[in-house]
Amino acid sequence: MAATSETEGSSATEYVTHHLQHLTQPVAEGGFWTLHLDTLFFSWVAGLIYAAIMYTAAQRASPDVPGRFQCAVETIVEFVDNTVKETFHGPREFVTPLALTIFVWVLFWNLLDLVPVDLFPTIARQFGIEYLRIVPSADMNAPFGLSLTVLALIIVYSIKGKGVVGFGKEMIHHPFGKNPLLWLPNLLLNTVEMFAKPVSLALRLFGNLYAAEVIFILIALLPAWIQWLPGGAWAIFHLLVVPLQAFLFMALTVVYLSLAYEEH
Amino acid sequence: MGLNLTLIGQIGTFLVFILFTVKFVWPPIRQALEEREKRIADGLASADRGQKELELAEQNAAEKIREAKQQAAEIIDQANRQGSEIVEEARQEAREAAAKEHAAAEARIEQEVTKVRSELRKQVSDLAIQGASRILEREVDAKTHAKMLDQLAEQL
Repeated sequence: MAATSETEGSSATEYVTHHLQHLTQPVAEGGFWTLHLDTLFFSWVAGLIYAAIMYTAAQRASPDVPGRFQCAVETIVEFVDNTVKETFHGPREFVTPLALTIFVWVLFWNLLDLVPVDLFPTIARQFGIEYLRIVPSADMNAPFGLSLTVLALIIVYSIKGKGVVGFGKEMIHHPFGKNPLLWLPNLLLNTVEMFAKPVSLALRLFGNLYAAEVIFILIALLPAWIQWLPGGAWAIFHLLVVPLQAFLFMALTVVYLSLAYEEH
Repeated sequence: MGLNLTLIGQIGTFLVFILFTVKFVWPPIRQALEEREKRIADGLASADRGQKELELAEQNAAEKIREAKQQAAEIIDQANRQGSEIVEEARQEAREAAAKEHAAAEARIEQEVTKVRSELRKQVSDLAIQGASRILEREVDAKTHAKMLDQLAEQL
């Protein structure tokens, strides 16, 4: 399905870089003021599919015997809720829906990585769209969008769980001690730790999916008759990575929130 | 690559879907799950109770059957005993009746014998008187010697 065997040297590089180019839309001057329309579009699509499935299940929810669809959704919801229950010992009215959104949404993002790399770009070219990347988790903006929201929630839950004073005290008293001389190092360390959390969350997901996407693109450069072997092997391995990364993002978010919420 | 305005868009999208889940998805599903959990727990409990009741009923039934068997055995025993008693009584009665009859017959025979004997004695005494009167050739006054003759007859 690719422009393959005759691509060599610079054309191969071109092929890869072309596939790593986002569909961008500048909205103002400066590098920051651009939108990745493809990332926005496909994460919206994934989110709408998620919302539709969940809404249908929620409308049909009843204590009677569930059907197959209902059972599948409830299995996922209960799995997420149990993960939250084990880690987070506060009220779950917000945390479980948050974890559920993260898990399923990121799962759908990652699943887009299993779509053949040239399928959507080829279709898009028929409509005059030159660049297209469909995997939101392989665009740094999407994972950071999640993890920065999580950072905000960590701060909110810290204040909710310990109060403003308690949170502030923890920032300057831990981990070295309460001596005023140690306040600055404590604060520095805690700040670094706090910002390391969303960075590590986002980069873990981004790195895994970006690397996977690049490898799929490289496989697409192989001669057509052999692609099934590395492509199949990598796709099967990737089936493990896709839910694992979604689960890790969700589980770590819950862990961070419970650390923020509870005294330690 | 790199961060840009998309990040803000993604954060907005994320918030929309979180709020959607918080408002429309999680509450009904959680409620349904909890209610079903309760129903299942109730069902299991009542199944347990039913099992116990069944066991109890089975025990009761076994007890009743055992009692009934025992009673039946007692009744049969009693009946056997009564039967043999009745037979024994009947035998006893028969034996007693036979003995009475026997005694009565013996008494009758004795009477007969006595009667016959006294008649015989009378005849003998008459014969003796006749004989004696023939021998003496004169009439013996029966009335005068009646006493002596009676004594004679007594000795027979």
